[in-house]
Amino acid sequence: MWELVRANQRRAATLVVLMAALLFLVGYALGEALAPGAGAAGLLVAFMVWVVLTLVSYFQGDTIFLALAGARKIEKQDNPQLVNVVEEMTIAAGLPRVPDVYVMDEAAPNAFATGRDPQHAAVAVTAGLLETLDRDELQGVIAHELGHVRNRDVLYMLMVGIMMGAIVLLADLGARVFFYGGGRRRTSSRDGGQGQLLIVVVAVVLMILAPIVAQLIYFAISRRREYLADASSALFTRFPEGLARALEKISGSTVALRSATRATAPMYIVNPLGVTARGLADLTSTHPPTSERVRILRSMGGGASLRSYDDAFRSVTGKSGGVVPPSGLAAAPPVAAASPASPDAGTRLDRVRQTTDMLWRLNRYVFIGCGCGTKLKVPPAYVGRAVACPHCGTVHQVRAEPA
Amino acid sequence: MIVLLVFVVLIVVAVFWVMGMYNGLVGSRNEVKNSWSQIEVQLKRRHDLIPNLVETVKGYMGHERGTLEAVTKARQQAVEVTGSVEDRAKVENALSQTLRSLFAVAEAYPDLKANQNFLALQEEITSTENKIGFARQYYNDAVLRLNNRIQMFPSSIIAGMFNFLQEKFFEIETPEDRQVPQVKF
Repeated sequence: MWELVRANQRRAATLVVLMAALLFLVGYALGEALAPGAGAAGLLVAFMVWVVLTLVSYFQGDTIFLALAGARKIEKQDNPQLVNVVEEMTIAAGLPRVPDVYVMDEAAPNAFATGRDPQHAAVAVTAGLLETLDRDELQGVIAHELGHVRNRDVLYMLMVGIMMGAIVLLADLGARVFFYGGGRRRTSSRDGGQGQLLIVVVAVVLMILAPIVAQLIYFAISRRREYLADASSALFTRFPEGLARALEKISGSTVALRSATRATAPMYIVNPLGVTARGLADLTSTHPPTSERVRILRSMGGGASLRSYDDAFRSVTGKSGGVVPPSGLAAAPPVAAASPASPDAGTRLDRVRQTTDMLWRLNRYVFIGCGCGTKLKVPPAYVGRAVACPHCGTVHQVRAEPA
Repeated sequence: MIVLLVFVVLIVVAVFWVMGMYNGLVGSRNEVKNSWSQIEVQLKRRHDLIPNLVETVKGYMGHERGTLEAVTKARQQAVEVTGSVEDRAKVENALSQTLRSLFAVAEAYPDLKANQNFLALQEEITSTENKIGFARQYYNDAVLRLNNRIQMFPSSIIAGMFNFLQEKFFEIETPEDRQVPQVKF
């Protein structure tokens, strides 16, 4: 199990270094393109940008991300079932600490995990997810997210994503300066010569190619990580069907996630931009096709181990290279899939009711149960001390003291 | 001189190799210990929840005295048991059985459905059963990893030298025991 984490970390570290090298190269090229011989200065700028971005993403990445997504932290009493499911999966994954649980007030069903390491992890789900999925499906999704946490995906995705942004920015800047300020520099430099010209040409080519390469790296690793997290989810829950059903439901939703952007899209369990950006080429997609993920999960043949997933991946995609690093496979014990862990007590209507009640409570509404069976929801802006039930007319005292 | 140097290098490599093996074994053993303590936390939690459940259910299920007493008795046995993993697994499994029959009987009492306290307890106990299940799953995986290391060559040599002992799995007796109590209302 831990062999997999280590192999994953090694591969992620390699990619981070690769990405950093690309960033430095772009910085150097930018310097050369601006003024011949200024490559070192460009390199220095790129290095400083890299240091700042890395520090910020390491210490503040999760906070920034949760804020961008509009996620709010909940406690156990807000939604006992969700918190219980997270606790269950924390135990199954052997994580040292129960991640913080966040909820987004969004109708589109989706979820993501964040935090630089298991000690600082957080999972966020949308209200739509809580309404759509039953308990087994929710468990599959949470297990997938904790799989990201356990495999240390979150930090690397964040760092690589931010570096990609920096490369695109620098290259864009370079292109502008070069194409608009280039004429003046070409006429004034007489001591240039052939070598100088070559450097400039290489710099230009690099600035055009770097952002594309950076994005391809980013998309490739994020796709692979989704498969790995699916495999981890099956292993934790021993019930691949739960995640398979959840993925079908999530991808079947036609509601768009309002708070998602192209930069944050790879963090979600199913690409939140799928609805609006379906026309894009497959090479640049951040997630594998959901239908394929579902088919892999359903062809695991009664097993729930990483090896069963790897075999299913090979047979479904027809690729010879598996998705789990060999060292992770070697140490993984074979396990059988089990029947669903828990019965689901409620219907979809119950879930919708519970979820909306939770959102009301998070918005500081006061709930008053009336004797006639009506549930009064008093907004925080209500200034009166008492409120009458619209059905039976009973007057209730509003508990919140008027400020 | 060269021979001596090669000899020294070989010894150093061997020492590091043994150290790595030994640390791996210790790591596995600690993992087993940690995951066992996680099971104990959840078992304890279940023991604590049951009196509340019995108290809540009593008023509605006066005619089911036998079922309630069976739960209380099984809980008492589970709290008092000391000894090997196997003994504990046995009484805890028995407790799961009685809880299952309690929840099955509770289906016949629609009034319970309306009781918020009961619903909250039901979610807590279901989740605790799940947690015990997942903690057991993790524990058994950890035991398998440790036992593999102890049995497989070459780490078996180191395990024998430092007297590492194989651990026992937390077994479930019957296939039906894999099912958590079906709580439906």
